[in-house]
Amino acid sequence: MHWRSEKIDGFDLSPPDDEQVHVLAVDDSLVDRKVIERLLKISCCKVTAVDSGIRALQFLGLDEEKSSSVGFDDLKVDLIITDYCMPGMTGYELLKKIKESSTFREIPVVIMSSENVMARIDRCLEEGAEDFIVKPVKLSDVKRLRDYMTAREFRVKNQQIGNNNNIKNNNKRRLRETCDLSSSPLSMLFSSSSPSPSLSPSSLSSPSSPSPCLSPLPSPPILSYSAPCSPTSLDSPTRRLKMSSSD
Amino acid sequence: MDVIVQLQRQIVDFTASLYREGYVDDQFTQLQKLQDESSPDFVMEVASLFFVDCEKLVNNMARALELQAVDFKQVDSHVHQLKGSSSSVGAARIKNACIAFRTYCESQDREGCLRCLQLVNHEYAQLKIKLQTLFRLEQQIVAAGGTIPVLQ
Repeated sequence: MHWRSEKIDGFDLSPPDDEQVHVLAVDDSLVDRKVIERLLKISCCKVTAVDSGIRALQFLGLDEEKSSSVGFDDLKVDLIITDYCMPGMTGYELLKKIKESSTFREIPVVIMSSENVMARIDRCLEEGAEDFIVKPVKLSDVKRLRDYMTAREFRVKNQQIGNNNNIKNNNKRRLRETCDLSSSPLSMLFSSSSPSPSLSPSSLSSPSSPSPCLSPLPSPPILSYSAPCSPTSLDSPTRRLKMSSSD
Repeated sequence: MDVIVQLQRQIVDFTASLYREGYVDDQFTQLQKLQDESSPDFVMEVASLFFVDCEKLVNNMARALELQAVDFKQVDSHVHQLKGSSSSVGAARIKNACIAFRTYCESQDREGCLRCLQLVNHEYAQLKIKLQTLFRLEQQIVAAGGTIPVLQ
């Protein structure tokens, strides 16, 4: 099923592809910054790469001491991807600061780490991270993020259309069914995951728990969007961790 | 034309040996996928950055291990950094040497650490030579009017 080209009732539901996804990448390693920047650019993202959490906050204008001179409208950061282990402010601390901000808490934050530690992953997801990628970062990881961002844009736009139609009292039931992705064929592939808005910490910490990636997300899980596009990205972050050879 | 074919065969064989002998791993392949007309020297650029980083970190480790009272946490932090960047570029032998290195840091074994440092330095030198050979072959092909074979 191909979301992009779908037209329903004369509405063009394709996401705006003239607007590139703007990613703020945070990593203290120059080598890693160069690689992630290229991975994102080749996946058609606009990239701003900074070397610390402090600089990331400065760029966003969240830093108390020194704010970015760029206006908020120009920034339009769509996704933040950050390394976990950094001197000074860790990726986790940066995540917290972003989620504490009323302006920026809606921006999805993805954590990258070379360390394959469940407790760390759980902690990040609990704090509101959208995803956790084990380094080294590959093209398939970035593609998964890209698909998620596209679907997210699409969903937001649909909700806007849906709201407009409710007001106009026009085909609202039909449109809502079409836009309600939790009842879409895609999520039926993952029958275990009806998106649960609330997070139960106990289910995350138990060893036999399902992928933590699915339950904490209030929106439909990342997996349900990437599955039709690339079979390899069916693996959740945690399943990928188990499959990849750890240290 | 013959020259190009010969060079291409050389590159294919040489690259295959790099993987076979464990100098590079799948992540190196990932880097090659990121190289195209818009970024034709990407792999070489990343490799250069990596070697500079590697040299700096090896020097830091050496200095830290020279001290009377070695700060093993500090040494480990340098090794951790090198492990990270070597992993990101697919420098498998260096990465594996770092993994072993960290266990000696943990057990605060100075002699063990020094041996690991020697190994890391050796692997760094080896990989540098290997990749310089690869890049030179690639440049020769392009100069002769040929294209670098895509390996998989």
